[in-house]
Amino acid sequence: MKLKLKIWRQENSKSKGKMVLYDIDNVSPDMSFLEMMDVLNEELMIKGIDPVAFDHDCREGICGSCSMFINGEAHGPDRYVTTCQLHMRKFKDGDTIYIEPFRAKTFPVIKDLVVDRTAFDRIQHSGGFISVNTSGNTQDANSIPIEKANADKAFDAATCIGCGACVATCKNSSAMLFVSAKVSQFALLPQGEVEATDRVINMVKQMDEEGFGNCTNTGACQVECPKGISLDNIARMNRELVKAQLKK
Amino acid sequence: MSIKLGSSIMRKVAMAISGLFLIIFLTQHFVINITSVFSEEIFNMFSHFMGNNFLVQFIAQPVLIVGVLFHFIMGFYLEWQNRSARSVQYVVYKGSANSSWISRNMIVSGAVVLSFLVLHFYDFWIPEMKYKYVDILPEDPNRYYEELVHKFKDPIKVSLYCISFLFLALHLLHGFASSFKSLGTASKYYSTISLITKVYAIGISLGFCFIAIFHLIGNFVTH
Repeated sequence: MKLKLKIWRQENSKSKGKMVLYDIDNVSPDMSFLEMMDVLNEELMIKGIDPVAFDHDCREGICGSCSMFINGEAHGPDRYVTTCQLHMRKFKDGDTIYIEPFRAKTFPVIKDLVVDRTAFDRIQHSGGFISVNTSGNTQDANSIPIEKANADKAFDAATCIGCGACVATCKNSSAMLFVSAKVSQFALLPQGEVEATDRVINMVKQMDEEGFGNCTNTGACQVECPKGISLDNIARMNRELVKAQLKK
Repeated sequence: MSIKLGSSIMRKVAMAISGLFLIIFLTQHFVINITSVFSEEIFNMFSHFMGNNFLVQFIAQPVLIVGVLFHFIMGFYLEWQNRSARSVQYVVYKGSANSSWISRNMIVSGAVVLSFLVLHFYDFWIPEMKYKYVDILPEDPNRYYEELVHKFKDPIKVSLYCISFLFLALHLLHGFASSFKSLGTASKYYSTISLITKVYAIGISLGFCFIAIFHLIGNFVTH
């Protein structure tokens, strides 16, 4: 396959970026998108051009590192996959592919396609955990009876890898799907009940302080989420927050 | 116990509640207006009651105005916040791949509905207030039907009304169902809510169009 790649190039967080056109030949349809980027970078380095910086780690769709906005969609045109799982067979010979970083004021560009997603870490630190005494008397989670339906929903929510596709996709740059998944995975389990009130208040407060936009229920986030995190989690977080504020 | 509007979620909940409140008002408005198609007397009776009842005039009406203002001001504020949350725009953004045009453009449909409200206030509400509280004219319980029919004589105005109702339908098609999601309604009710939303949004907008066109045609037939 021969492709034209229009890639966002930006020297650093302070410089102004622009789209730069690169031609690439001999792309195999069986390559992953990141492998195609690797080939491009090798060619650029041979030519003495600075390679395109992009985030990646596990390359098997579980770490949430890769974060490209491809042809107008987070993680590209395929569904329920991260950029590393996207394959070149999804494109046609001669295509022009636009590759941009995940864009949000809260995800500032560090270089090229690499963005700073530590806002998600700060939201997690504000309440995305349970406090357990681990000094030897921790109760085995398997010994606590949990309704199957709730366990399934909690596990579904826990599959969120925090890649930021929801923010990147949302026209409002809202982080509600991510935060609601983190709130839900604990809210549905008995271990999470004790800190439920403070958790949802603190996580929503941190989300707002970071400067993410508001959710308008367009549903774009759940369509583009590589893990299929459902909008139900947002409704659950809304309930949890109203309940928490009534308690406080 | 305290409810604060400081968080994005509580603002979203407040938008949902104010939207549902306006839907209740819209339904009541439609029920009264549709009587004008069937009976001049019933329409005059309802209008006279609404225009002269103390509770309606001095409690419900101010609450409604506050509700309308809150919904629009908060809507524009949230839109401004949302736009500020992405300072550099995408070169290519394929919104249609994952969401409906209606859901992405609530501000557009909302702005058209707001423009319509300005026209509607100019047409009906301001003359009514002038009649009652500025000119202090004697109350005639039979004037309302004639006034309504007279307003729908102009085809251009009726066309503007109908275009506005189309945008009202678009606004409701997302807003009605979205309100329930914002209020945390469980997903098992979504299909029912979605059906009610479609029936209500299309039904009420077509209904208002029908009333306007009915009186426009009536005016042509009469004259």
